[in-house]
Order: sequence, then C-alpha cells, then structure tokens
Amino acid sequence: MCRLFAITSDDPLSPMVAIKALEIMKEGYDGSGVGLFLTDLGGSFEEIKEAPILSGIFSHSGIKKLDQFMMELGFMTKYKLSFKTSKNPPPGVPKRDVYLVRAYEYPEGWEGLSREEIEHRLMTIRLTLRHMGEETGDIVVFSFWPDVIMIKEVGDPMDVAEYLQLDRKELCARIIMAQGRQNTNYAINLYACHPFFIQGIATMTNGENTAFVPIKEFLMSRGFPGYIGYQSDSEVFTHILHYIHKKLGLGIEYYKHVITPLQDQDLEHHPQGSFLKVLKETCRRLIIDGPNCVIGVLPDKSMFMVQDRKKLRPGIVGGSEGIFAFSSEACALEFAIPNRDKTKDFQPMHLDTVVVSPDRKEMKIWRQSEPLPLPL
Amino acid sequence: MASIGTIAPSSLSRKDLLWQIVWDKERCAFCGRCTAVCPVHAIELGVFRKRLLQVAAGMETQPSNVYQVFYGIRQKTDPAYSCIGCGTCTLVCPNDCIIPIRNDEIDKLRFHINRGGQPRRRGGRRNVPEGILDRIKFVRISMLTDPALDAGRHEFELRTILGRVLPPEETLKLYKEEGWSPPVREIYPLIIGSMSFGALSPTMWEGLQMGVAYLNEELGMPVRMCTGEGGCPPRLLRSRFMKYVILQIASGYFGWDEIIHAIPEMKEDPCAVEIKYGQGAKPGDGGLLMWYKVNKLIAAIRGVPPGVSLPSPPTHQTLYSIEEAVAKMIQSLYMAWGFRVPVYPKISGTSTALAVLNNLTRNPYAAGLAIDGEDGGTGAAYNVSMDHMGHPIASNIRECYLNLVKVGKQNEIPLFAAGGIGKRGNLAANAAALIMLGASGVQIGKYIMQAAAGCVGSETDRCNICNIGLCPKGITSQDPRIYRRLDPEKVAERVVDVFLSFDTELKKIVAPLGRSTSLPIGMSDALGIDDYHAAERLQIKYVV
Repeated sequence: MCRLFAITSDDPLSPMVAIKALEIMKEGYDGSGVGLFLTDLGGSFEEIKEAPILSGIFSHSGIKKLDQFMMELGFMTKYKLSFKTSKNPPPGVPKRDVYLVRAYEYPEGWEGLSREEIEHRLMTIRLTLRHMGEETGDIVVFSFWPDVIMIKEVGDPMDVAEYLQLDRKELCARIIMAQGRQNTNYAINLYACHPFFIQGIATMTNGENTAFVPIKEFLMSRGFPGYIGYQSDSEVFTHILHYIHKKLGLGIEYYKHVITPLQDQDLEHHPQGSFLKVLKETCRRLIIDGPNCVIGVLPDKSMFMVQDRKKLRPGIVGGSEGIFAFSSEACALEFAIPNRDKTKDFQPMHLDTVVVSPDRKEMKIWRQSEPLPLPL
Repeated sequence: MASIGTIAPSSLSRKDLLWQIVWDKERCAFCGRCTAVCPVHAIELGVFRKRLLQVAAGMETQPSNVYQVFYGIRQKTDPAYSCIGCGTCTLVCPNDCIIPIRNDEIDKLRFHINRGGQPRRRGGRRNVPEGILDRIKFVRISMLTDPALDAGRHEFELRTILGRVLPPEETLKLYKEEGWSPPVREIYPLIIGSMSFGALSPTMWEGLQMGVAYLNEELGMPVRMCTGEGGCPPRLLRSRFMKYVILQIASGYFGWDEIIHAIPEMKEDPCAVEIKYGQGAKPGDGGLLMWYKVNKLIAAIRGVPPGVSLPSPPTHQTLYSIEEAVAKMIQSLYMAWGFRVPVYPKISGTSTALAVLNNLTRNPYAAGLAIDGEDGGTGAAYNVSMDHMGHPIASNIRECYLNLVKVGKQNEIPLFAAGGIGKRGNLAANAAALIMLGASGVQIGKYIMQAAAGCVGSETDRCNICNIGLCPKGITSQDPRIYRRLDPEKVAERVVDVFLSFDTELKKIVAPLGRSTSLPIGMSDALGIDDYHAAERLQIKYVV
C-alpha cells in the first residue's frame, strides 16, 4: 500500500513538507519510490503561471532530442530549475543525467488559439515526447502543463529529496501531492509511479483496483490519445476523472457515482435517482473494485479524497481555514498541521467525497445518498 | 432366434446395444413395475425354458432331465425398443434387482437407428462429456495487495444489464434532451434459457415459473426466464409475473397470435423479446416439436392442429439479409410494446458470429446478442446436428467481446453465453469463466432440468428421449399420466435452491478475486488455462 500525502495551503510550501510527512508514515512501508505533484506554484514560477512547464527525466542525448524537437515547434525556454546532484546517488536511486523542470514560452503561432486547442496540443506534445523516449528510455516526461511540476524517482523519498535538494526556495507550491512507493502490482517503471496527470487533473491512490483490465480496455477504446500508459492499475482513476470531467462535463460530485454507484435500492430513494440510474448503466464499465483511497487535484485547484465502496484503505482529511491536508494516515496530518481542530478531522467512508476548493475555507463533504448540488 | 435361424442385418444381440439390462433373478419379486414403467418398452416379461438335470443318489436310477419354465425380465434387441439407460426401472424396483449398464465398447445399435430412412432424432446435448470451460481456472487471487473479500458477509452487486447501453456521451445528451434511450433491464446474470411450453411439460413449466416468481418477489433476485418458441399461457401473459419473462419469437412464430392479442391486456411489459435465429444444439436448423407432444393444450397455445409435428423453418421467412433481420424484425418487435421492451437476437455459435455482431453494433435498437454454443441442449433435433454442428461457446464469446473492445462498445451490446454451462455440474465456475471472458450473463437449460427436476439425460447418451414425449421424469412429456409424476411445487423449490447455491458459489469465486462492486465482465486477467493454444486463442494466461 502506498503512503499518500497532499496539502493545500494559502501560503506556498516547500515539497519537503510532504516528503517529511511521508517520512513520518514510514513505519510499515518499503519506501521504494517517490512521486511529487506541485501546482498553484510559488517561488520563481509564481510570475509565469501561464507558461507550460515540462517535467521529466532525460539522458544527455534525450535532452538534445528534446531541444531540437521543442525548437522546431517554436517553444523557447523561459525559465528552468536546475538540479545539481551529488556524483553518487543514494543506494537504490539510479544515476540519471538530467532532472528537468523547464518552463517554456508558447510559440508565436499559438496566439489566439482556444483554451481547448492549447490543452490538446500540450497533451499531444507530452505524448509525442513520451513516445520518442519509449524505445531507449532517454526521455521520460511526467507533465507538460502550465503551473504544474512533477518529480518522480525510484528510491527512498527522503534520500531522493535530499539528493535532488528539493529544499530550496525557488521550489514551492500551494498544492502538493506526494506518494511514497513504487508500483506494487506491476513492473517497476517510472511511468507507473503516482501521482498520474492528464490535462490539469492529477490523482494518486493506495490499494489495488481489481477491475483494472476491463476499465483500461474501455478507456483505451475511447479514441482519446491521452488514455494510454496503464503501467499501474491506479492510472485509470485519473483517466476516469478526466473522462467524466472533460468528456461528460460532470463535476467531482459525480465521480463517486461513476466509480462506485449506489445500489438499486438506494437509487430508488435518491432524489435524482432516475438520472443516477442512467449514469450507472451507461458508465458501468468504469465501476472500480477497490480497495482504494483516491486523492486528487482538479483543474480548478480543488483537492479531493474519495474511498471505494469497500472502504478498506485509510484516508483522513483535516486542517483549518487556509490550510488542509489529505493523508493516508493521521500521523502525517498531525505532523503537517498540528494546530488544527482535531474534532473536525474527517475520514471519508464508502459514500463520501471530501473537497477543499481553492479558497481553502472549509472541507465540503458530499455523501452519495444526498441530493447532488446541480441537478442535470 | 434359433441358432440356425435367419439373421437380418439389424438383428442385434444384447451385447450390441448401448445399454444392457442386468437383472438379478434371486432378488426379483416379479412385481412388474420395471416393465410397466420403461418408457421405451425395452424390457418385458420373459418366459424362459430351462433344462434341469436330475441325478438321483445311488446307481439304480439313471440320471434324467426335466424342462422347467421360469419367469423373468427379457431385454428387447429390436433397435426400435432398445434400452435408453434412463434407469427408471432401477428407480421403481423395490428390491434393487435391475439396472442398465453401459456397453464396454462402442455399440452396434448406432448403425441401425435409421429405420425407414429416418435418421436418429433425440433430445439432450452433444454426446461429448468434456469441455474447455471446466479447464479454465481463476488464477488471480487477492491476498495482500488487495485483501480477498468475505463471500459470506461482504455486500456484492452481482447484477447485469440486458438492453442496449449507449456510450456515456450519447446517453447524457439524450437524457438532457429527454430523447428516447433504449430500454435496459438490470437482471441476475444466470438466466433460464429458452425452453418452450410444449418442449417442457406443463408441470415443469409451471414449476420453473413459480421458482422464478419466488426468487424475484421473496428473495429480491431479478431472475428471468425465456419462453422458448411455443408461446406463453394466456393467464401468464396477462399477469404481473410477465415482467420476469423473456418472450421468444422464432421462425415458426408459434404462439405469437396469442401474444399479440394479449398485448392490450398485459399488466406488465415482458422483460425482453428474444428473436431466435439459431440454436446451439442444431445450428442452421429450425425448432422441432414432434407430433407425440402436440396435444390439445399445446396446439391451442401454438395455434396449430393437434397431433402434427411442428418443424420450424431454419430461417425466418421474411429474412433476405442480415440488415433486414436486424432492422425490420428488431424494430417491429420494439414497436409492439411502444419501444419499452429490449429486443435481442439469439444465434447459434458459429465462426460467423462476428459478422452478426458487427451488424448489431451499428443498430442502436439491438439490445444484446445471445450466443448458444455447440453444447446447447434441445428437446428434439437430428443427432447429426447435435453431435457435429456448431461452435464452442468460449472462443465465440471471447472473440466477440474482444471485437467489441476494439470498437469501444464492450458491454454496450451485452453478450449472453449459452450451451453446456454446468455440463459437468460446475455451473458457477463455468458461468464465471464465461463472464470473465466477456459475457454479460449466461443462459442455462439442461442444467436446470437436471438440477430442478431430476432429468437423467447425459452426454454419454443416457435417456435423451425428450423428443418423443416419454420423459420418465415427466419433464418433457405432454402425457398427463407421465407429467403428473412431477410436482411443480417441488420443482419451484429446487429452482430456488439452484439459484441460491449458485449465488453463493459465484461469490466464492469473485470474492477471492477482489471483486464485489460489479460483475467482473471481461476480467480476463483472472483467468488461466493449462493449454497453451487455448490460452492464446482466449487471450488468457497459460498456467501449468
């Protein structure tokens, strides 16, 4: 099971907060990898919120291929974060040539493009780069999106963080998600490391989704180029959310109704039962079978947590106005926000969705049995 | 036959028969029950002559002999009266002194069951006991990465959908616009497949219907039963239980006059309409109800004169092309119930199933596709069709499902698998294997006859006389003297037993796989088989 920690705060925080929170939860975990997702960035990236940032790992030859590729597209480097690592990586961490976090200036020809078109192009570029590196492994890209940085590596999270010197003032964000383990169920692969990202949506999960194969088959048959990968069974959670959000136009409050729909007798008593029944039938290929706790971030920078129908995985949300943390264990929450009202801590159960919107005033809790905020 | 008499080509000895009656003279009470009950009159009272030697003590009297008559059971060797091995004699014998034994070699009888140039016709299944389904194992066991579930205490949602499901984008658009969406039914994935009123006796049919009603109304299990091609009793058509019934229309259209006339008086819509284009037991051949079984009641329901054989044509008369079949027939039947009832075709397993499926994917009215594999049962068919025609269900379902995956329509057109499910008694394992290969549900026929009514038929050619109305258990007979043997209440009880135990077994399979929130349709990563080529063909794991 993965350690999960996410925090959303009015004031930008160093990713070390999340790394330390993972460290607090270390007992009982193998600490075999780390994945970081940062958005609503502070520090040096505060001023260039619109610029797409490429995150990934490159070999020297990979960087050359990248530079040529981006130049041909008309992208100019605007800002980059350099990682000066010591010569020898800590035990268990492979030696890499370049950890890249680089912000780009949009090509001139992109001016006037619709938001949708830009988003599509950004995703296509990320997929092309990923494809370019697939054969030799010289290019690994995690995200190419404005205001988003992702770092993933194999090894103990704290060792990796120290090695990459993540504790620096240029690197901070208001929203941080961190996951502390490599893939459990399938082969070890950087692309299998959570959080997963697609077009502004990121999620990470603990547990295993046993309905993985049919869901993967469904997503891959949508004809959408972004639905690829699936080195981890957890990647489908990100893509399901993307699908219902972008393709079906449904909000986060419908997420649970798609992945773990209510049973028929409960739908009969639900005020929007007739719609939810239709949704359940048409989206039944997206029904997950956990145990899973999913923590994620939406394009509007809301952070959420849901549990699967079985609720066998831990998950807790707590905080106070201005700062909230989502964690797989209470000890990490205690470490990150010690001065909160603990009586307001919430552990979502099998029907709950917890959301902290970007204003960070409160955590909203939706129970599946309750009426939906926006009847369709 | 005298030792030097004439031998006809079809003169057989007991050794040449498939089943030989073993009778124990010492225990026989001569009650005559066995000869009275034998459905095919294979045994009769035998009067035998026996010579006894009389040797007196001493030398004075010469040894002599005496001829004595004794009585017993004689097995007929005329192919028309050959023993079918049903064992009803054994069932009724008070002293356990009679039993049919299967020949230790291939019988010679098979070369002679075509008198008058009429090939053998029979009921039952393909006479091959083995099948691939029993070899499929569930290999992906949850333990530590995801805990296995408690089959007894966890909640399970083991339902499936019958009806066309449109892609989510389209469904939501239609919902907003209040447009017509195809009707769907959430049902239990184990369906009692099409066995007609006529093929089955009234007591059997009533028992099945009562069992289904009980499962729905008392136990909340949405079990459905298909009528087969033989219409539906008028009272049932006009009852609230209609919603548990899938009406079948086949090429003979038997009973549809009655059904159409009952539509205005129906309290409930039927669950669905199944259009039968083919049947696994006799692919490419029409339904057959032999004259023995067409009594007054059956004739009335089917709208035919009594006492005539009712062979349905191999295809629907109006059928020029697959497009026409799909477009016209499905839509006409939708129209009959105001587009509120799902309509789906049933075909026999065939290497051309993909062509049918591809056509259906283009028609938003097609509510599903049922495929009946080569091991499907029948009430009456030519032996050659049953034993040699058709396609195994596993690979047929799998290739259809994978094709749907390719075009992104998996489970939009639910696939229903039939034919030999539970042939060797492993109902839940076979059903779960097919579901994980891609079926949305399975249909059973023969299994429910065996489990709920004690059908003795087997794939080693035991009994299998469903076609002539002499079923020793009263399951497929229309003779009141025979079908009175079957108590419909008891059949209903057994139906309930079967479904409850199936439910538990299905949970015992899916729980260790970590599945409970939905039926694991297409969860092929859970399956393995010890045959490399089968694994390749089914795209599942090869495990040894």
